[in-house]
Amino acid sequence: MIMRPSNKVVTLVILAAIILIAPIFFPSSYYFRVGSLIFVNGLAVTGLVILLGYAGQISLGHAGFVGIGAYACALAPVHLGLHPALAAILGAFLSAVIAFLVGRPILRLKGYYLAVASLGFGILVSMVLSNEAQLTGGPDGMPVPELGLRAGLKTIGIDLSNTEFWYALSGLVLVVGAWLALNLYDSSTGRALRALHGSEVAARTVGIDVAHYKLQAFIISAVYASVSGSLLALQNKFVTPDIAGFLHSIEMVTMAVLGGAGSVFGAILGGAILTTLPQVLTVFQEYEQLMLGLIMMLVMIFMREGLLPAIARRLRGRGE
Amino acid sequence: MSLLQIEGLGIDFGGLRAVNDVGFSLKPGEIVSVIGPNGAGKTTLFNMISGIYAPSRGRVVLDGEDVTRLPPHLLARRGLSRTFQNLQIFQSMTVLENAVAGHHLHDRGSVFADLLALPASRRRTRASEASARALLDRVGLGRACQQEAGSLSYGALKRLEIARALALKPRVLLLDEPAAGCNAVETEEIDHLIAQVADEGVSILLVEHDMKMVMRISNHIVVLDHGEKIAEGEPAAISRNARVIEAYLGAQATEVQNADG
Repeated sequence: MIMRPSNKVVTLVILAAIILIAPIFFPSSYYFRVGSLIFVNGLAVTGLVILLGYAGQISLGHAGFVGIGAYACALAPVHLGLHPALAAILGAFLSAVIAFLVGRPILRLKGYYLAVASLGFGILVSMVLSNEAQLTGGPDGMPVPELGLRAGLKTIGIDLSNTEFWYALSGLVLVVGAWLALNLYDSSTGRALRALHGSEVAARTVGIDVAHYKLQAFIISAVYASVSGSLLALQNKFVTPDIAGFLHSIEMVTMAVLGGAGSVFGAILGGAILTTLPQVLTVFQEYEQLMLGLIMMLVMIFMREGLLPAIARRLRGRGE
Repeated sequence: MSLLQIEGLGIDFGGLRAVNDVGFSLKPGEIVSVIGPNGAGKTTLFNMISGIYAPSRGRVVLDGEDVTRLPPHLLARRGLSRTFQNLQIFQSMTVLENAVAGHHLHDRGSVFADLLALPASRRRTRASEASARALLDRVGLGRACQQEAGSLSYGALKRLEIARALALKPRVLLLDEPAAGCNAVETEEIDHLIAQVADEGVSILLVEHDMKMVMRISNHIVVLDHGEKIAEGEPAAISRNARVIEAYLGAQATEVQNADG
């Protein structure tokens, strides 16, 4: 049996509970910072779940959209005089338009052809951000203006420290993002995506416009990545082209696959693990990277469907 | 007036004439079977009619409209659906979800409504689920709704494909070996199901190796050999056709004549 109708509610309740309860155990404000990084990564990875887990399409260039969202928050307030929040929305809109233009030609490709083409797109964005030094400050990066929301909250009596505020805002956006992705799963669009993942030819014969739905998944996941980039830039108050780099793209896909690309909660878990593991593994000092690589290999060898689905399967197996 | 008209259809694969100059027609509610030895081009013919291959020659006319080379999803909108010889199931979805996915053209809507789970979106899903459950009951899979499709037996998957194709509410249904791998009881069930669907006015084009079934339910039979049509006619005439017996029926001829008599 597959758990279904309650899946969405259970996921959202657990996610919200963790976000709300975890701070009780935080010994220092540093943990709020780690938490908000987890949420920001989790948001981008949730978008990838729609593309990778639902529709079965790979992208190795999604950090490009993270970069667009981040630099929109750096550039639009300065050059267009936009409020940073509106700049984030502009970035999301721009990412959607670029995803539409890029997605149409490259989503015709399959498997590793699509992987390489999307990789090219990511590299293109990070090159532009590095080379347009007059506008972006080049490889050294540029400052990002204050969102200003925290000061606004203070006037109505909600006084949060900087790290607390970003923990709360990122957590809230992540819950909304997870809610949207879970809604999509059990809808006509979500079924069309999962159907074309299962069998493109059968999907087409039941009337699913495969190219159209692949493009929709690509655009939605690009918007998730863009919003995640905006949140990251706004809380760091600084941005460098690394945010759009190849490594970040790979990191996002790895998070999704490690946790279980088919499930929203699994992907967020994957994001949490890959965000915190490097901090934990610092006890191994120079062997940190080695341990990280080893853990990733072992998970993929023994739990190919990803951590969460594998654990869920084992628990169910024991229950029966 | 015929609902589906095939005229001089042919396709070449790298200089090889896989199918050549095949033509026939289907009236509403009629069951037409395509038979012939393995490699005769039956599935290739199906793939051309259903838009998966683009034919090199000829026309496919659906209800008076030339639909040659239309992609499958546009043919589906015009009421043409099919099943596959090598199963094409959405493996990681549940049985119910597979059947619901067949309702795509009836429940698709705005992606924003789907993302926000607006009442309209949920209503569409619920309507499709109710219809899918009825279809699954009809093919005898009502109890398997929540199972993962990949866990079903071969015969059950064949019936699931039929349910998914029926979800489209097709006018023309192409069935590629629906009874292959099914036991005698299952074959009979599929047999009844096909006859019932045809009774409701759906035209059925059938590829099947079970000659007893073909002879029993077909109104008309088209025989292919080496990509060409070598005969067509009513079952009784086909089972006595010398060229058909030589090319295909051969050893099966006695069996067929017994079934016929």
